[in-house]
Amino acid sequence: MTSISARWLERERRTLRVDQSAIGDRIYETVTTASALVIPALVIAIAIAIFVAALPAFARLGISIVTSSDWDVAGGHFGAAPAVFGTLVSSMVALVIATPLAIGVAVFLSEFSPPWLRQPVGFLVDLLAAIPSVVYGLWGIFVLIPLLREKVMPFLRDTLHLGATPFFSGAAYGPSMLAAGVILAIMALPYISSVSREVLLAVPRSQREAALALGATRWEMIRDAVIPYARSGIIGGIMLGLGRALGETMAVTMVIGNRPEISASLFAPGYTMASLIANEFSEATNDMHLSALMAVGASLFVITLIVNAIARWLVWRVSRSRS
Amino acid sequence: MRILKLAAVVLVAVACGKESATNGSTATSTAASSGPVDLTGAGATFPYPVYSKWFAEYARSTGVKINYQSIGSGGGIRQLSEQTVDFGASDSPMSDQELVGAKGGPILHFPTVMGAVVITYNVPGLSAPLNLTPQVIAEIFSGRITKWSDTRITSLNSGAKLPASDILVVHRSDGSGTTFIFTDYLSTAVPAWKSAVGKGKEVKWPVGLGAKGNEGVAGQVKQTPGSIGYVELAYANQNKLPAAAIANQSGKFVSASVPGVTAAAAHIAASLPANTDYRISIVNAPGADSYPISSLTWILVYQHQPDTVKGKKLVDFLNWAYTDGESMASDLDYAPLPPELSSKLKSRLAEIQLASGK
Repeated sequence: MTSISARWLERERRTLRVDQSAIGDRIYETVTTASALVIPALVIAIAIAIFVAALPAFARLGISIVTSSDWDVAGGHFGAAPAVFGTLVSSMVALVIATPLAIGVAVFLSEFSPPWLRQPVGFLVDLLAAIPSVVYGLWGIFVLIPLLREKVMPFLRDTLHLGATPFFSGAAYGPSMLAAGVILAIMALPYISSVSREVLLAVPRSQREAALALGATRWEMIRDAVIPYARSGIIGGIMLGLGRALGETMAVTMVIGNRPEISASLFAPGYTMASLIANEFSEATNDMHLSALMAVGASLFVITLIVNAIARWLVWRVSRSRS
Repeated sequence: MRILKLAAVVLVAVACGKESATNGSTATSTAASSGPVDLTGAGATFPYPVYSKWFAEYARSTGVKINYQSIGSGGGIRQLSEQTVDFGASDSPMSDQELVGAKGGPILHFPTVMGAVVITYNVPGLSAPLNLTPQVIAEIFSGRITKWSDTRITSLNSGAKLPASDILVVHRSDGSGTTFIFTDYLSTAVPAWKSAVGKGKEVKWPVGLGAKGNEGVAGQVKQTPGSIGYVELAYANQNKLPAAAIANQSGKFVSASVPGVTAAAAHIAASLPANTDYRISIVNAPGADSYPISSLTWILVYQHQPDTVKGKKLVDFLNWAYTDGESMASDLDYAPLPPELSSKLKSRLAEIQLASGK
C-alpha cells in the first residue's frame, strides 16, 4: 500500500518537474536556495572567526573570563562578569519597562483605535526603530540623564522611599543602569509593539465574536479571547526586543557610565559586554587583550543563542498548552 | 521588449561610467602626476587634524598624495606590523614586545607634534583656575579625596570658595592616548599611583564614571556640578573648558598652553642621550615654564624600506614636516617640537635605509 502510493507520488513529482522546468523557475529556485544557504553559512563563519580569535584567551583564562570581576588590562586580568551582569540587567530593565507599554500600544491600535488614527500612530511607533542609536545616545546624555538625575531618581529614592531598598539607593549621578534600561526600553519598544500589533490583528474575527456572543465585555473579550490566542506571537515579539537590547552598543555606552562593577542599585553606573568591546577594541594592541575582547564577544554570542533558545521553548510551550 | 529596455539602461550606465572615469582621471592627473595615492598610513586619532592639514598642504605643494586612516593607535601599530600600510602613527611608543612582533624588521619612532592633557572641572562659584598638585590629583582620582572642601585642596587655593559637595571623577571609558598620557604623568610624579593603578591606554580606575571620547568626558563634566575629568588640550581650548593649573617639578602652577608644552619638550630634549630611540616621555618635565602633563605623538616607519620609491617619498615628507609642517601645528592647538629637536630628527631621517637597486 505504502509502496504503491510512494511510487505514485514519485511519478507524479517527476511529471510535475518536467512541467515546471521552465528556465525562470530554475533560476528562481537557484537564487532562493543560494540566499537560504548564504545566511546560515555567514552566521557559522562569523561564529568560527570569533571563537578562533578568542581561543588564546579561553585557553589561558578559561571560564573566569565571564565569572571573574577583575578587568585590569595592565595587570593582564580579564574578568568580564560585571559586563555580563550589566548586559543581562539592563536588558531586563528594558523589557520590564517596554513590554507593558508596547502591548498597550498594540492592543489600542488593534482593538480600540479609530481607523484614521491607526496608521499614523503605528507609523510613528515603527519610526522609533529607524532612529540611529547614536542619536538615542545623544538624547540620553542631554535630555534623559539630566531628567533622571534631577527629577526621577530623587522622586524614586526620596519621595517614594524606595531608597530603603538596595535597588534604588546611592548617589544619583545620572549615567546608570537605569538610564541604560530606559534607553533600551525605547529602542526595543517598536519591535515588540509592531510584532504584537500584527499578531493581534491576525486573530480571527470569529474568536472575538464568540467571546462577545457569550456576553463578554470588550475588555474581557481582549483579555480572555484575543491575547491568549496571540500569546506565542507576542512572546516572539518580546524576544525580538530582547535581542535588540542585548546587542545594543552605542546608545548604552553613552549613558551607562562604563564602570565595571556589580551593584544592586539601578542608580549605580554599570557596563555591558557590547560597550566593553566598543570601548577597548580600537586601542587593544596587546594580543591577550584583543583575544579577551573576542572572548567577550563569543560569550555575548552564546548568551544571545541561549536567550533565543529559551524564547523558542517559551513559544513552543505556550502554543502547545493552548492546543 | 523588457530585455531591450534593460539593455538600453545598461548601455547608458556604461557610457556614463566611462565618461565619469575619464573625468576622474584628468582630475587626478592635474593634482598628482604619479598615481592616485602614493603613501598610506594609519593610526592615532589625536593628531589627525594636524596630519590631515599637513597631507593637504603637502599634496598641494609637491603633488604627493598621502592617505591616512585615523583608526586609533592600536590599529595603526597592528597594520604597520602586518605591513599593510607604509607608516603607522601612535600616541604612545611601541613596547619592546610589539617591536619584536613587527614583520618588516626594526621600526623607528619619529616624534611629530605634541599635545597635552588638561584637567577640567565643574565647581560652581569658582572664578580663578583651580590649583592642583600631582599628589592631590592622584588622591582625587583614586578616591581618597572625596569632597571639594578637603583641606588638601583648599590649602592650594586660598581665597577660592570651594563647596562641601562630593567630587565625581569622570575618566575615559575607551582606550585612548589621552588616558595613557594622564596615567603616565601620575605614575611618574606620584609613586603611590604607580603601584596602585599604573599607566596604560585603559587602566583599572579606583573610582568614577567612564565616558567615551573627549566629548563624552567634557559633556559629563559640564552637566554634573562637582565633577572633575581630563581631556586633551586642543579639545579644551576649542571648547573653552575650565582648566586647572598644575604644579610642575619646580613647584610653579602652570596653566596648559602650547608654549608650556614646547617648553617641557625642550627641557627633556636638552638632556637626551645621543643614541636615543625617541621612545621618550616628556611628562613631569623640569623647567619653570613646563606644563607637566605633556606628550609627544609619533609617526612609525620601518628602518628598511623595501620599496625605494615609497621610501624616498616618506623620507621627503617627514623632512618637509620638520621644515615647514611644524609651524602649522599651533594654529590647530598642537604644540610644535622645539627647533633643536626637529633639526636633530631631520638629520636622523638618514637612518632610514632604502632598498638598493632600482
